[in-house]
Amino acid sequence: MNPENMLMLAAILFAIGGMGVMLRRNALVAFMCVELMLNAANLALVAAALMHGRLDGQVASFFVMVVAAAEVVVGLAIIVTIYRTRRTTSVDDANLLNL
Amino acid sequence: MTSMLVPLFTAPVIEFRELAPVLILFAAAIVGVLVDAFLLRDWRRWRDEIQMGLLIGSTVAALVYVVLNARKGLSGPLAMGSLMLDGPTYVAWGALLVFGLLAVLVFRERRVNGGVTVFASAASSVPGSVEEAEADRVRLEQTEVYPLALFALTGMLVFVAANDLLTLFVALEVFSLPLYLLCGMARRRRLLSQEASLKYFLLGAFSSGIFLFGVALLYAFAGSFRLGDIAAAVTAPQYGRGLLYAGLVLLVVGLLFKVGVVPFHNWTPDVYVGAPTPVTGFMAICTKLAAVLATLRVLYVALGGERWSWQPMLAVLAVLTMALGAVAGLTQRDVKRMLAYSSIAHAGFLLTAVVGASQDAARTPTSVSAILFYLIAYGFATVGAFGLVTMVRNEAGEDNSFAAWSGLAKKNPWIAGLMSLFLLSFAGIPLTAGFIGKWTVFAAAWRGGYSWLVVVAVLLSLVAAYFYLRLIVVMFGGEPARNSFVSEASGWTWVPVLIGAAATVWLGVLPDSVLSVASGLGTFLR
Repeated sequence: MNPENMLMLAAILFAIGGMGVMLRRNALVAFMCVELMLNAANLALVAAALMHGRLDGQVASFFVMVVAAAEVVVGLAIIVTIYRTRRTTSVDDANLLNL
Repeated sequence: MTSMLVPLFTAPVIEFRELAPVLILFAAAIVGVLVDAFLLRDWRRWRDEIQMGLLIGSTVAALVYVVLNARKGLSGPLAMGSLMLDGPTYVAWGALLVFGLLAVLVFRERRVNGGVTVFASAASSVPGSVEEAEADRVRLEQTEVYPLALFALTGMLVFVAANDLLTLFVALEVFSLPLYLLCGMARRRRLLSQEASLKYFLLGAFSSGIFLFGVALLYAFAGSFRLGDIAAAVTAPQYGRGLLYAGLVLLVVGLLFKVGVVPFHNWTPDVYVGAPTPVTGFMAICTKLAAVLATLRVLYVALGGERWSWQPMLAVLAVLTMALGAVAGLTQRDVKRMLAYSSIAHAGFLLTAVVGASQDAARTPTSVSAILFYLIAYGFATVGAFGLVTMVRNEAGEDNSFAAWSGLAKKNPWIAGLMSLFLLSFAGIPLTAGFIGKWTVFAAAWRGGYSWLVVVAVLLSLVAAYFYLRLIVVMFGGEPARNSFVSEASGWTWVPVLIGAAATVWLGVLPDSVLSVASGLGTFLR
C-alpha cells in the first residue's frame, strides 16, 4: 500500500477529530475526538516510518500511546470530578468564568 | 538481512553529570509520590514538612548542578542527542528552577488563609458535600501538590532542552498534565477552579494533538525527529514542501497555544482566574518561559532555513496578540484577569523578538539573549505580583476585584507600593527590569529588520501601560474599600515577593550583570 494514501487517511482522521472537538458539546466525546487526533498522528508516524524505511517512527507511536494513556487518566479524573459536582459534562454549561 | 530489521542493540550513553538537574527533580518527585502513599501513621503528620524539604532540597541541588556544570563549560548533545545542553539551556534551567522554587514556596502559605493552604482539603470530594466538610474538619491536606509541581518542573527542564521532536512532545505532556490537575484544586470557589481545570485540559489536549500531528508531518518530511536533521532536510528536501509547511504550521500552533498567543489565547484569562493564585503564578512564568524557549529552539535550529515563511506569519500574530492583550486589559475589573491579559500582551512583545530572529552573535543582544532577559525580568515581577494578590481578601477569601483593591495604599502602603513596583515593571517604566527587557527585545526585533513591528509594539506597550497605571491610581487614589482587608502573610509568601521586588529593581538599575551572562550564553548549539 502506498504510504502517501495512509498519510491522506491520517489527515482525514485528524480533521474529523479536530471538527469533533470543536463541534461536540459533551466533554467526554470531545476528549474522545482528541484521542482520535492522537491516533491519526500515530498512523501518520507509522506511514512515514514506512516511507523512509526507518523504525523510529514506529517506536514514536508507542510513546504516543503511553502519553495518551496518561492523558486519559488525568482527563477522566477532571471530567468525572466535574460530573459529580454538576451532574453534567456539557462544555456549554461550564460557563461560570465568562465574566 | 536480519540486521536491517533488528538493528544490533547498543546501550545508550547517558551523561549523568550533565543531566543531574533533571534527574534530581524527577527522583524527588517520585519519592514525593511514594511518601504520600506509604508514609506510616506516626510519620504522616510530618508529610508536609518532608514534601517541602524534598522540593526545596531537590531544586537547590539541581540549581547547584546547573551552576557547576555551566562554570565547567559542559555542553553538547545529551542522552544520544535527545537533549541539547547549550547556553540558552543553562540560562533557562537556572531561571526555571529559581522561579519554580519561588512560586512553589507560596503554595505552603497558611497564615494568610486562616491556618489552611489554598488547596482543597480533598480535591476529589464534591463541593458542599459531607465528605468535604469532614475533610475540612480533620484538616486533611493534599500534599500531592508538591510532587505535581516537581513533575511539571521536570517536564519544563526537558522541554527547553529538547533536541528532537519526540522528546519535545513527551516533555510537553509531562509538564502539562500536572498543571491541569493543580488548576482544579482550589479550596474556595471550587466550581470555578474545576471549570478552569476542564477548560485548560480540553484545550491543552486539543493543542497537543495538533502539535503531535505537526511532529508526524515533519517526520514524514525529514525522516527524522532530530532538529538538526530537519534543518538539513529543509535545505535539501527529499519530499514535497507541502508536508513541511503543513507540519510547520501545526507544530507552531501547538507551541503558541502554550505561550498564549492570539488566536490561541482563549484559555488564559479563565484558567488564570479559576486556578489557585499560587498555581497561577507558577504557570504564568514557568509555562511561558518553557514554551517560548522551546518555540525559539524549534524555529531557529530546525526551521531556520524556512524563516521567510514563518516570520511574516508570526509578525501578524505578534501584532494581534499585543493589540488584544493591551485593549482587552483596559476593560478588566479583576486583578487576576487583568494580569492574564497582561501576560497575553507580554507574549506579543516576546514574539516581536522571535520574529526578528537576530542571531548575529557579534551584535548583541541576539533574539535569544533578549528573550531570556525579558523572561527573567517578567518572571520576578510575576512571582511578586501573584504573591501579593493572595493577600488582599474579604471574609469569604481572596478578593481580586478592583473594588476590593481600591484605596489599598491607605490600609497598607507596603503592599500597594510593592504592587506598584511590579506593575511599573510590567509596563516597562525606566529603572525597572521590565524597561530593560522591553528595550532589549525591541532592539533584537529592530536588528532583525522588523522596524515597523517595533513601532507598533512601542505604541501598544503605551496602551498596555495605561491599564497598569489604572490599578496604581485605584490603589493610591481610590476610597478605601470597606469589606476587604490585607491579611497577614508568613515568610512563605514574603520571601518570594521581596526577592521579586529586589530583583526587579536590581535588574532595572544594574542590568549588565544578567544581560552580559544572557548575551554570552545566547546561541543555540546545532
